[in-house]
Amino acid sequence: MIHLRGITKQFGDYPALHGIDLDVAPGEFIALLGPSGSGKTTLLRIIAGLEFQDSGTVQLAGEDVSSLPVAARNVGFVFQHYALFRHMTVADNVAFGLSVRRGKHRMAKAARQARAEELLRLVQLEGLGTRYPGQLSGGQRQRVALARALAIEPRLLLLDEPFGALDAKVRKDLRRWLRDLHKQVGLTSIFVTHDQEEALELADRVVVMNQGRIEQIGAPDAVYMDPETPFVSHFVGETNRIPGPGGEIHFRPHEIIVSPDGTEAVLVDNVFRKGAVWRAEGLLEGSGQFVELDLPSNQAAPRLGETIRFHPHRARMFNADGDQTQGETR
Amino acid sequence: MSQQQATTESPLMRAALIAVALVFLGFFLLLPLLAVFSEALKQGAGPFLDALHTPDALAAIRLTLIIAAIAVPLNMVFGIAASWAITKFQFPGKALLITLIDLPFSVSPVVSGLIFVLLFGANGLFGAWLAEHDLKIIFAVPGIVLATVFITFPFVARELIPLMLEQGRDDEEAAISLGATGWQTFWHVTLPNIRWGLLYGVLLCNARAMGEFGAVSVVSGHIRGETNTMPLHVEILYNEYDFVGAFAVASLLALLALVTLVAKTILEWRFGLHAGARH
Repeated sequence: MIHLRGITKQFGDYPALHGIDLDVAPGEFIALLGPSGSGKTTLLRIIAGLEFQDSGTVQLAGEDVSSLPVAARNVGFVFQHYALFRHMTVADNVAFGLSVRRGKHRMAKAARQARAEELLRLVQLEGLGTRYPGQLSGGQRQRVALARALAIEPRLLLLDEPFGALDAKVRKDLRRWLRDLHKQVGLTSIFVTHDQEEALELADRVVVMNQGRIEQIGAPDAVYMDPETPFVSHFVGETNRIPGPGGEIHFRPHEIIVSPDGTEAVLVDNVFRKGAVWRAEGLLEGSGQFVELDLPSNQAAPRLGETIRFHPHRARMFNADGDQTQGETR
Repeated sequence: MSQQQATTESPLMRAALIAVALVFLGFFLLLPLLAVFSEALKQGAGPFLDALHTPDALAAIRLTLIIAAIAVPLNMVFGIAASWAITKFQFPGKALLITLIDLPFSVSPVVSGLIFVLLFGANGLFGAWLAEHDLKIIFAVPGIVLATVFITFPFVARELIPLMLEQGRDDEEAAISLGATGWQTFWHVTLPNIRWGLLYGVLLCNARAMGEFGAVSVVSGHIRGETNTMPLHVEILYNEYDFVGAFAVASLLALLALVTLVAKTILEWRFGLHAGARH
């Protein structure tokens, strides 16, 4: 469906993307995950045609669209701040892409209205067509933006930080709703996010980006369980990094076995409940590295000043160059 | 108000500050305004209307309207184009353009007028060429139009640039991603977004175009019935001790100022322009 080859982009002296290759299958739901400045939004805008790559090619559905402007690519783009037209009603917003059609694609007003209503039904905003964007909540605006993007029957849906501007509760509901919508519509979709939880929950595959490069592409479970680079390891999920032979050992706070003959020891200086587990924090004996451990909360909470002995039952090892030297240890 | 704010002054201080502001306003704004109207109507409505009915006064009013009718639309188009370019594109010389837009505000109007005399006057840069082709700019209507356009350059652009910067490019990008052409995007998305700011700028631009004295005075030549605008006509009548006539024409200009103020206030009140929260 989408084939990106050697995409590079530079803003002045600042290199935003270095040679990105990416293939997306039809119907896939892809997350571009990375911190700010990782180039994820730039990549999304290049796929859309809102920005142009310095070199490399963009192929959509077998067609080379590398130099086509956004209007000719037929992609739906949902902006982070929705970019709804505030002087138009919700229905007119949704129908905008149809109303600007000219020539043989021109659509009668009644047909446009019917289509807008149909889409508002799809995003569960029936009956709100006569309102103005200013009269809607953030979550509703986001869904109007989505309906507007879907109205042009795009071959691809691109979403820039779709939940970035919403509060936590709405975000969670909308996330589930978007996943269901994707299942229902089946449109190939790519969304940009800096929130790893969002990426892991929604996407079929996660593309982790850092400093203009792709660090890892994989299913959410694979990216979380088997990070290929130190960056992915600490950006996706929480990770403890302790010095090991010839590099660093990475393990999640829960990937530990507590036992009196554990190889590592931590002097606990902070304990709190983190959802279903106790989170104990402290400095590692020897190296003085800060580590976080999760302990079952059906047992007594660790005490401050206590020394916990443990060893990771599952860990990744990276050498100084960031190459993985060993997958798992026991 | 039950709660004391940290920034609240003592009642005495407040009263003093308000009094200073009111006295200042009354002395420098209200009193002169009243003086204009009372002088104009000193001998009753008859002489007032007669003074406005002289051929020279009518010619001055007509010329002022013509000048505004040319200068305001020109600067509206220029203002939109400049704001669009500055806020939506990156290009070399952008900072310079922003500075240049403000030039007419920072230069004395007399100097502004003089620039055109130096360019198009008999001894000016293009003077010989113009004389050859029998074209008259200085001491004629084209010169007044040029000077007025120059003076009123910044009003629309200065109103639109902050507004368009704040709005960003998202709406336009959304429109083109939905298949709109550049023109459709401008007409259906950009223009509605800036319409009240634009109207506000046009209003101020118009008030200045009709009221400009300094620059126009330099290039006009003061030919009665031909190159006299209203402000110039006021001066001539005043110098001839025709006080009723001078104040009658002046009262029209003052009326324009009042109408502009009221319209401006309505715009601010109705659409929250410059309400502070949005800027």
